[in-house]
Amino acid sequence: MAFSAFASAAPAQEPAPKRRSKIALLLLAPGVLYLVIFFLVPLFTLVTTALQAPTASGDIGQYVPGFEIGNYATVLAQYSPQILRSFGYSLVATVFALLFSYPLAYFIAVKVRHRPLLQNLLLVLVIAPFFISFLLRTMAWKSMLSDESFLVSALKGLSLMAPDAHITGTPFSVIFGLTYNFIPFMTLPLYAVLERLDTRYLEAGSDLYARPFTTFRTITLPLSAPGIISGVLLTFIPAAGDYVNASRQFLGGTGTTMIGNVIDSNFFDLQNYPAAAALSIILMSAILVLVIVYILLSVYVWKTGTEGLL
Amino acid sequence: MTLQEARALGTVMETPAPRPSRARFSLGRWLLPVYSALALIFLLVPIVYTFVFSFNDSLKSNISWRGFTLDKWTNVCAAQGVCEAFGNSILIGVIATLAATTLGTAIAIALVRYRFRFRTGVNLLLFLPMATPEVVLGAGLAAEFLGLGADMGLVTIILAHTMFCISFVVVTVKARVTSLDPALEEAGRDLYASPGQVFWRITFPLLLPGIVAAALLSFALSFDDFIITNFNSGTTDTFPKFIYVSAARGVPAEANVIASAVFILAIVLVLAQQISAAARRKRLAKVQ
Repeated sequence: MAFSAFASAAPAQEPAPKRRSKIALLLLAPGVLYLVIFFLVPLFTLVTTALQAPTASGDIGQYVPGFEIGNYATVLAQYSPQILRSFGYSLVATVFALLFSYPLAYFIAVKVRHRPLLQNLLLVLVIAPFFISFLLRTMAWKSMLSDESFLVSALKGLSLMAPDAHITGTPFSVIFGLTYNFIPFMTLPLYAVLERLDTRYLEAGSDLYARPFTTFRTITLPLSAPGIISGVLLTFIPAAGDYVNASRQFLGGTGTTMIGNVIDSNFFDLQNYPAAAALSIILMSAILVLVIVYILLSVYVWKTGTEGLL
Repeated sequence: MTLQEARALGTVMETPAPRPSRARFSLGRWLLPVYSALALIFLLVPIVYTFVFSFNDSLKSNISWRGFTLDKWTNVCAAQGVCEAFGNSILIGVIATLAATTLGTAIAIALVRYRFRFRTGVNLLLFLPMATPEVVLGAGLAAEFLGLGADMGLVTIILAHTMFCISFVVVTVKARVTSLDPALEEAGRDLYASPGQVFWRITFPLLLPGIVAAALLSFALSFDDFIITNFNSGTTDTFPKFIYVSAARGVPAEANVIASAVFILAIVLVLAQQISAAARRKRLAKVQ
């Protein structure tokens, strides 16, 4: 099964032991039950909530079980800009994160390989943003890019920016925030594959008179494909669902709302639970399609294992 | 083996792959190091900003610089609600970590050591929460709790955090269980140790580094989670939620103080671990 190849990332050789399945059951049951109750049942609840109908009296926040497939059509019609924007923004942010991370990961994984302490210290710097609150990091960028900030007044002073232009509240700042916040998720899997890159292949390439770019394109890039795929998914999935960067208190504006923002506002402000649920299912399905494409590509096209993703 | 040979071996073991011959493959000798340095500085900019503005003599909003003060550090709880939110985050993080680490470690051992049906199903169930956007996890749980008529608060946050931490624990501990030699446990059994003794005297201590790593990861994930928390917290504030809620009128500098202190603590721990690991590598190379 493709999925088992996908999920059992770490061990290349699963020892496939035998023995007492009662103990296995005892070990598995509590955790698996927990995930069923707090992961699967909620997903199922979303599916049923998305089909609910308003009550006869039409009270806000009151719904009865139903089979309103039309809820999906309604949210697709109403929120298609936000849905498309989510995937557009996160796609662009993912590409930027990849371009940003690849040289950095290559440097840490290959160029300083012979100095393990330095290598580890540089890795610590890559993950350092994780140690400070995600929201404060984003808030810091908001402050640094706000209209009163030094940067913006300097740009305006130098006439590099129109006097009435803004950075925050634009698609640019949202994509910037998404890129910044998810860079480590891209850099780490790239590092993981590049760290195992055998540089003798590169030497072989250049011994055979390949130009550096050819060596990169035909050797380094294919060998790092699993890391690229993992990094792309690890960046794209959370970025598509994120609503902090795009929210108005942070880097977004009225014209930058993403699917996460409308799920949030439908849930809390409008108490339109069926719409929030339908949007969640749409987001989840789109992501699942991507994951399945990933499995097919990695198994049948790149013929790589799926190591590094998890 | 002579000392020289041993030393050479140690060096070889430290550098598993041969050095790249730089002259030929570097994109220009300096381009890559300079780019990497700039990239790392870019990553650190908001951290430095947060730290510097923890010393800002600000009023409510902390956007423009108003002068240096230590007041925010010496009187962190002055901003209303910030310490309470921080305390909640710690409490939630500790309980969710304990629960997720216990449940996840058991699953990891079962996955590596036992054969059972539905393995694919279990793997899928573990993988899916990691591939699901947080907003979907949050909305789903909130819909479930709403349907059950549960009060949103500390308990629902802890239940939610435990859920998304389990998969990460399994992945981390599983790697450690895989590298554990079953012969060690067999030796214990051969010497008439009871199953309990084998587990607590042999298996558990050998798995401990993996379990600790998993626990730290869980705590970090729980501590910094905002989206899932926001859906399941009711009126309870966690540290990230406090920042989100106060973002509209300005995040107080006290939040910067707490975040900076947590950052410094975490980075000191990580650096100490790295440096001691490097020292151990060196010592090992010398002893051999």
